[in-house]
Amino acid sequence: MYNFDYEKPSTVADAVAALGDEDAQALGGGQTLIPTLKQRLASPTTLVSLSGISEMQGITDEGGSITIGGATVHADVASNGAIAALSDLAGNIGDPAVRNRGTIGGSLANNDPSACYPSAALGLGATIVTNTREIAADDYFQGMFSTALDEGEIITAVKVPKPEAANYQKFEQPASRFALVGVFVAKTSGGVRVAVTGASEEGVFRWSEAEAALNGNFSADALEGMAPDADGMIADLHGTSAYRAHLVGVMTRRAVAACS
Amino acid sequence: MPKDHGIGASPKRREDVRFLTGEGNYTDDINVNGQAYVHFLRSDVAHGKINGIDTSAAAAMPGVVKIFTGADFEGIGGLPCGWQVTDKHGEPMQEPAHPVLAQGKVRHVGDPIAAVVAESVEQARDAAEAIEVDIEELPAVVDMKAALSEGATKVHDDLTSNLCYDWGFVEEVKPDVDAAFETAAHVTTLELVNQRMVANPMEPRVAIGDYSRGTDEHTLYTTSQNPHVIRLLMGAFVLGIPEHKLRVVAPDVGGGFGTKIFHYAEEAFCTFAAKACNRPVKWTSSRSEAFMSDAHGRDHVTKIELALDADNNFIALRTDTLANMGAYLSTFAPSVPTWLHGTLMAGNYKTPLIHVNVRAVFTNTVPVDAYRGAGRPEATFQLERVVDKAARELGVDPIALRRQNFITEFPYATPVAVEYDTGDYHGTMDALEGLIDRDGFAARRAESEKNGKLRGLGVNCYIEACGIAPSNLVGQLGARAGLYDAATVRVTATGSISVMVGAHSHGQGHETSFPQVVAEMIGIDESQIDIVHGDSSKIPFGMGTYGSRSIAVCGSAMVRATEKIIAKAKKIAAHLLEASDADIELKDGQFSVAGTDKSVAWGDVTLAAYVPHNYPLEDIEPGLEETAFYDPANFTYPSGAYACEVEVDPETGKVTIESFAAADDFGNIINPMIVDGQVHGGIGQGIGQALLENCVYDENGQLMTGSYMDYAMPRADDVPFYAVDHSSQTPCTHNPLGVKGCGEAGAIGSPPSVINAVVDALQSGGHDVTHIDMPASPSRVWAAMNK
Amino acid sequence: MSQVTMTVNGKTASGDVEGRTLLSQFLRENLKLTGTHVGCDTSQCGACVVHVDGKAVKSCTMLAAEADGATVDTIEGQAEADGSLNTIQQAFQDHHGLQCGFCTPGMVMSTAALLKDNPKPTEAEIRDYLEGNICRCTGYHNIVKSIMAASGQDVGSIAAE
Ligand SMILES: Cc1cc2nc3c(=O)[nH]c(=O)nc-3n(C[C@H](O)[C@H](O)[C@H](O)COP(=O)(O)OP(=O)(O)OC[C@H]3O[C@@H](n4cnc5c(N)ncnc54)[C@H](O)[C@@H]3O)c2cc1C
Ligand code: FES
Ligand code: FES
Repeated sequence: MYNFDYEKPSTVADAVAALGDEDAQALGGGQTLIPTLKQRLASPTTLVSLSGISEMQGITDEGGSITIGGATVHADVASNGAIAALSDLAGNIGDPAVRNRGTIGGSLANNDPSACYPSAALGLGATIVTNTREIAADDYFQGMFSTALDEGEIITAVKVPKPEAANYQKFEQPASRFALVGVFVAKTSGGVRVAVTGASEEGVFRWSEAEAALNGNFSADALEGMAPDADGMIADLHGTSAYRAHLVGVMTRRAVAACS
Repeated sequence: MPKDHGIGASPKRREDVRFLTGEGNYTDDINVNGQAYVHFLRSDVAHGKINGIDTSAAAAMPGVVKIFTGADFEGIGGLPCGWQVTDKHGEPMQEPAHPVLAQGKVRHVGDPIAAVVAESVEQARDAAEAIEVDIEELPAVVDMKAALSEGATKVHDDLTSNLCYDWGFVEEVKPDVDAAFETAAHVTTLELVNQRMVANPMEPRVAIGDYSRGTDEHTLYTTSQNPHVIRLLMGAFVLGIPEHKLRVVAPDVGGGFGTKIFHYAEEAFCTFAAKACNRPVKWTSSRSEAFMSDAHGRDHVTKIELALDADNNFIALRTDTLANMGAYLSTFAPSVPTWLHGTLMAGNYKTPLIHVNVRAVFTNTVPVDAYRGAGRPEATFQLERVVDKAARELGVDPIALRRQNFITEFPYATPVAVEYDTGDYHGTMDALEGLIDRDGFAARRAESEKNGKLRGLGVNCYIEACGIAPSNLVGQLGARAGLYDAATVRVTATGSISVMVGAHSHGQGHETSFPQVVAEMIGIDESQIDIVHGDSSKIPFGMGTYGSRSIAVCGSAMVRATEKIIAKAKKIAAHLLEASDADIELKDGQFSVAGTDKSVAWGDVTLAAYVPHNYPLEDIEPGLEETAFYDPANFTYPSGAYACEVEVDPETGKVTIESFAAADDFGNIINPMIVDGQVHGGIGQGIGQALLENCVYDENGQLMTGSYMDYAMPRADDVPFYAVDHSSQTPCTHNPLGVKGCGEAGAIGSPPSVINAVVDALQSGGHDVTHIDMPASPSRVWAAMNK
Repeated sequence: MSQVTMTVNGKTASGDVEGRTLLSQFLRENLKLTGTHVGCDTSQCGACVVHVDGKAVKSCTMLAAEADGATVDTIEGQAEADGSLNTIQQAFQDHHGLQCGFCTPGMVMSTAALLKDNPKPTEAEIRDYLEGNICRCTGYHNIVKSIMAASGQDVGSIAAE
């Protein structure tokens, strides 16, 4: 690691100020950033820890939705249960020690194409709340590792509407155990949403054909034989694009079946 | 009733207390006063010509002590290869130089170009980034077939080609083997890949060099399975340090699995640099560095053919293998695909005619050498796969076909040079059948099918040659070292004992099991006996731990030394009891005169040896310490039969191991608990190879699996509990303990049954799949089902 | 350099650290608590697991500065006051749940965290919980068995010792 200064502000405002320096970077749980720093793939001059900001911690239930503080760790989301599918997803990210440190804000800011949370945020139609604005999930994810966040912008919270039914199915990449393909299916007041992670070269995406089919008939049968186009799917050591496309179909059917 | 002490008992491991409380002493836990740290600048291209290295900016960076390049090692020996294979024309293998730091060329990603010694690791790394290396990238040779094609780029310009050797075994019988194939009633052919593996002991390698100007003595602390071998190779062949001026210490070592046998550049570097910098120099590998600098394992591409007569008897076997050596010859690399592989091709079967061809190939990849099992898993996998395929082609029961062809009379001289002393292959197969409910399989399969899954059962046998090895034999085969081992038994005045052993324990539990043997022989409590290992300054000599040789070879040396102790102690006892030596009996730590009630205790005798007031000084020396070197008369031949049951999810291709059973014959067993643990660990690695692990390079020689993000290590939820049985015991006939060795069996015996089970499952689902290469990952299995 | 202070195994410990100093480094290098091991650089092996404020974390993936003011428990603090092995450690020894010992500190610390939340985990729950702890030696058989035994479950019926 290159060296850096470390700061631990206790308010969002102080954190924003500290992040004003263009070579400063936010530190969430560090479960992605620290391994990246070890490889010397990033060289921030200052790391601004978000772990001391109490207003970014915890989960509040507002009845129709929940609000999760941006620095809330996966373990806390996992044990919350207000949205079971989301808790199950969080409870299956990495391992227990990773879940005790990694945060929802960090995961969404990083937008790893194989990460789990992006599919939940997109699938549930969440709103990403930052220190300056609120961004609808549909506008937030902009391709692999790319988001609508500006330099120095902090995810302070995530507002998640409660679905009528939802389920996440993850098929793990055998080595990293990230999602080789993960599909989040949610039946919401605004219709069915199917968000897919791990599969596409464009990062997390909504599989609109499946959504259309499910809006007509919310059952796994409605998706019989369906899979997205293999073009544009990731191909790597762990699976060809055809395999990933196929898995998207399988995991979507399983998620739908698990919803009912 | 299981025994509660001595041979055959399972006392709790004494080493556990320090490991469980954080008091282990691993190499990275050692810090020598004043130490500096080295960071190696490693090649990021697979093949390139070094046009220049400019270290001037780096040398001026903060904390830098000294920067080394290949030029600093000119005139210094390269890393030696410990085994010379002779090819089928009688010519020696091609043997390239292996410099400590690259000279002129880099030949694999990770090849060290320069080394920066600095006050801190991070400063060394900072400075390494400031070194300017002008490298002209050359085409990389990655694929073995391409490496052997006309006009292929050469990994080593001074060699005639990328072929290290073309080995035929046994060449003289080739015409007979070919003729048998002409007349065979049935021939089964299989082409397969035994993929490249990374051993991945959980402790990465570490080396600390230290030098005392006052005494001109060098010390190397290193993560090694065999400190004396490192002392010999590095002292004599690389750095020219007299062995008595070089101490090599391998303290607690966090697993080896073969990859810590070899002498590595980093060890030589730290030893050299400690003198050059006049201060201790420490290197701690990161896991990422380990992936590109620890010797890899396996990496064979094989065609195997089995000929059967009309009664399904095996009449001939023919194999053709390409074996990857990587860019340089690692310490024992040439022996692995030849003498540790070809000699095992008879397996458990009385196939009369066998020919094995192996071409070893240089490529621009990390050197390949022994990984748990070394050659024997490759032999077992192809043989047990082809036998299984033959059974399917012939529509016969795979167990019955095996049983029909089992060797049943011992000793048995195979057509591939080795002679099995003992074994009972029907016995281990019977034991296996006792562990698995074969009759219930149809019902279990039906149950799986109800849930949309396919179920398969796979079995296999294995034989291995362990306890490497008779020195005169391996000398003829090209080994440049003897393969005996040594032990010194040092008895104190009060009767407690230290046993200095050449074997190194890095998980095998020698500190617990070795004393069980000595305790049994003398009849005293195990707690009176300690094992000392891992420090060349404390131990007479030792060839170390690999090839499941510790108890068979070093344990035998310990028995011999203990026998000498007992013989001398009897003389002392005879004197004390005023009897003749011949009448003295030792039982439960008491020396007695046969047929009388006169006796004297062990402690009285040892005290007399060191306080020789009443002592036959004219006949024997005071003191009680004996050393023995033991050179085995033959290999040992553990064998067994394994079974695996899998479920395959046809929608995703994911394979789940439902059960795994292992029945082994290890001969006599010193500590059943430890033996079971060794088998479990081997099975875990075997399942890893069968389903998960794969070291992959792209066509440019870039390592695609450089961390656990892409190299799939088996985890707790990838494996089930294993059913293990070693009730079938045919003791080894030629070592004093009758032991055979158990360290590698699990890794050798388990991959074929997993793949046999996967093929069984897929065929039950109507899929036309006769083979699937390892690892049978979900994507591969799915592709095989959907081709 | 800045100073951090934490309560490590019940004792106050402080030291000067850089921003980049990892908790694992601080424990191993500053405090000489070398029982916490480092087996990878991608946060996957779990050899480095310790507890920070009662929760299992990978000390290789946490800055020492982040643990300033925290309570940290490591393998060195697990044994009973008289130095004898605690229940988990004893179960690992009784059931041969370790071989080379390198993964062991992390295994013990993860087990302690598991049993705190789930005093009688099933085999499947144990295997799932150990996702972040890699052992290369044992094939996990005796680790899982040790954990079941440590939680007071009968392991006699599990095949082979
Ligand atoms: C072994 C292991 C296994 C894993 N498995 C999975 C898995 O299966 N599925 C999965 O989804 N993830 C997995 N992860 C990743 C894990 O979920 C991380 O916690 C997560 O991706 C990043 O969160 P963090 O809080 O640790 O962020 P950090 O690592 O601290 O930061 C990541 C990035 O986000 C920025 N950032 C952090 N917080 C904020 C914020 N509030 N606002 C704006 N920017 C911010 C940082 O500057 C940095 O660029 C795994 C990680 C590990 C180590
Ligand atoms: S060292 Fe921390 S996870 Fe590997
Ligand atoms: S005991 Fe060696 S890695 Fe687990």
